[in-house]
Amino acid sequence: MAKKVFGRPKSLKDKIFHYCPGCGHSIAHRLIAEVIDELDIRGITIGVPPAGCAVLAYNYLDVDMIEAPHGRGPAMASGIKRTLPDRIVFSYQGDGDLAAIGIAESFHAANRGENISVIFINNAVYGMTGGQMAPTTILNQKTTTSPAGRHKILDGYPVKVSEFFSQLEGVTYIERCMVNSPTNINKTRKAIKKSFQCQMDGMGFSLVEILSPCPTNWKMNPIDSCKWIDEVMSKTFPPGVFKDNTASVKKAAEGAS
Amino acid sequence: MNKVLMSGNNIIGEAAIRAGCRFYAGYPITPQNELTEYMAEHMRNAEDGVFIQSESEIAAINMVAGASAAGARVMTSSSSPGISLKQEGISSMAACELPGIIVNIMRGGPGLGNIRPSQGDYFQATRGGGHGDYRTIVFAPATCQELADLTMDAFDLADKYRTPVMILADGMMGQMMEPVIFKKPKKRIYSDDFILKGAGNGKSKFIRGLLLDVIDEEEHNWKLARKYSVITKNEIRREEHQIEDAQLVIVAYGTAARIAKGAIKRLRENGMKVGLFRPITLWPFPELQLRALAANVKNFLVFEMSTGQMLDDVRLSLQGYAHIDFHGRPGGAVPTPAELANVVARLYEKVD
Amino acid sequence: MIIKTIFSGFGGQGVLMMGISLAHSAMNKGYHVTYLPAYGAEMRGGIANCTVAVADEEIASPVASEPDYLIAMNAPSLFTFQNKITSGGTIFLNSSIVKDRPNRPDVKVCTVPCVDIAQDLGNPRVANIIMMGVFIKKSGIVPDDIYLKSLETIMGSKKKGVAEINRKAFAAGFDYLKD
Repeated sequence: MAKKVFGRPKSLKDKIFHYCPGCGHSIAHRLIAEVIDELDIRGITIGVPPAGCAVLAYNYLDVDMIEAPHGRGPAMASGIKRTLPDRIVFSYQGDGDLAAIGIAESFHAANRGENISVIFINNAVYGMTGGQMAPTTILNQKTTTSPAGRHKILDGYPVKVSEFFSQLEGVTYIERCMVNSPTNINKTRKAIKKSFQCQMDGMGFSLVEILSPCPTNWKMNPIDSCKWIDEVMSKTFPPGVFKDNTASVKKAAEGAS
Repeated sequence: MNKVLMSGNNIIGEAAIRAGCRFYAGYPITPQNELTEYMAEHMRNAEDGVFIQSESEIAAINMVAGASAAGARVMTSSSSPGISLKQEGISSMAACELPGIIVNIMRGGPGLGNIRPSQGDYFQATRGGGHGDYRTIVFAPATCQELADLTMDAFDLADKYRTPVMILADGMMGQMMEPVIFKKPKKRIYSDDFILKGAGNGKSKFIRGLLLDVIDEEEHNWKLARKYSVITKNEIRREEHQIEDAQLVIVAYGTAARIAKGAIKRLRENGMKVGLFRPITLWPFPELQLRALAANVKNFLVFEMSTGQMLDDVRLSLQGYAHIDFHGRPGGAVPTPAELANVVARLYEKVD
Repeated sequence: MIIKTIFSGFGGQGVLMMGISLAHSAMNKGYHVTYLPAYGAEMRGGIANCTVAVADEEIASPVASEPDYLIAMNAPSLFTFQNKITSGGTIFLNSSIVKDRPNRPDVKVCTVPCVDIAQDLGNPRVANIIMMGVFIKKSGIVPDDIYLKSLETIMGSKKKGVAEINRKAFAAGFDYLKD
């Protein structure tokens, strides 16, 4: 008898993604669903999708979800988690959502060490609105609102969320990953799992930044988009673990008990 | 029940906790800081009570929305400029049909204005305030006892209609102390079908405010509109004071209505038959109840601590039925009963 | 009957507490009361004041446009409020530090060297309670036993010593007036 080695995760609804071909959201959604299945937490998970392309995440992820106003996901997630501390609560945010309009909500949820997981999709543009400059648009990158390329004097610098947030004492775990190759996708799945596990163990705030292709707004084909992440984008946003206190938090907890 | 002497801000907090409020988020702003501080102190002792001092009013209202979706009785509070910031979240809660209480202890405006008592946020409170086609129930208490009673009632109505409810008071109401007796709160009755607790073994749910399909959004708007007409039919509250023989009726709410009562006492001592019509719900506005008075009374004076906002609603109620005058003191000025009595006396001469 | 009183002084002289104690005792006597503190943007400096209304009927405005009594614990309070007092009203003056006298021939003045009396008692911080002793006796708004009970409730019974000091201070004020 053949053993089933690949199938649709249970926590992913049987629906076709509306995302553009080559978009990283579909992959990230799937990875979250796989992790939820693996940890067997579908019944206790509540997700908070953002304003942006992923606003429709509730069409795909088969868990309870509530849409947050633009940028406010971590505030809403904080409210949910504090009310229902035994549920697993995650916010899913884009770069404009997290690093521009919602920087205060994200920063302070992290600083309070809210026991939530933040999945942060960094694709260096505003996707849903048509490819405008994002806080994470890299220098010289052309967008519809930086037609001559992002200029450091006119537009400031790309915001390095993982580096910046890892300085906060409330943060337990931060990793930056990419979803542009099978190897990187596997690394991303591990990071998401670690983030959720961190929350299940009551260890506090974690964030997984995912460099994610947006071929439509980058005006590239999907393959070139994946290459661009490797060759250009990851030079500004190097992947890696920026903070991991899970071991020491665990140790301290064991010491206390 | 024991009578206690408490400030308005503290009364709201105590009434909320007694009514089962278990989640509060807020950001400091004068003149409502005592309420935030009260919640910080007393949520600690309430079972499952959560207090968060948020990074902004925007964060506060969204925390409250999240907690509401998760099933808690929730409240946030602020004063005028902070309420402007909350509007995004209030609109969102109205769209998502999430119950919650928003307290506005009004101060002088526009802009940062000042920290004196004012009634400049009437339009903002009664017209929705944020974007889109929605309303919030607005209570306008005029005494500390009413602050206690209406705060409790606000939670019940928010649950009953799954809608945000605003308590609109001003700096004077917030700072003032009066004796108060806390009534026994009602048992919470509401359907928890919409609450997110995790799907368990069942079907997953979602709460959303974005309806990209035009027909879906139109349908949702009409659904909200039907709810608002039920509220308008059932929930109007007002007080009528000495109107039986009145030749002139003052229309005022909140602190302004208290001042009007003082003025009426002086005027009646001088033989002038003046009464008061006080809307307790500003939305829904007691339009028909006010119009009914026009059968016997032909002269009305709208008195507000603003340049004339409720005046619009009074005109909608009375235009063509009676003569309407206006007296206003915006920007944080609180007139005395004597001043108002003088204004009314001059008008009254023309009535006879 | 409606009686309105303004308590005013420097922040730190305990004028808000004076107002609250009057409001609390009048409530316990069964009256309608309102207590309205003046509040400002600044935390320190300037004058602190509050208005207490006591009535046997519903109180319309908690603001006093013509108060019956003024308790002026410093000179700025006297200057700020002396012309608001109703004709025939009374100004209670902390004469230990206020050297000026009211410019109104139509109001009564009751000078109380409450800081000096407090110092004699060995505790300059109870000057406000001494003044309340004088005020409660002269105004007759509430009986002294009801007032003292309220004072104890408000100050909390944490420290027994404090209650004792307050009672002594109140008595010193109460007995200061010879009638």
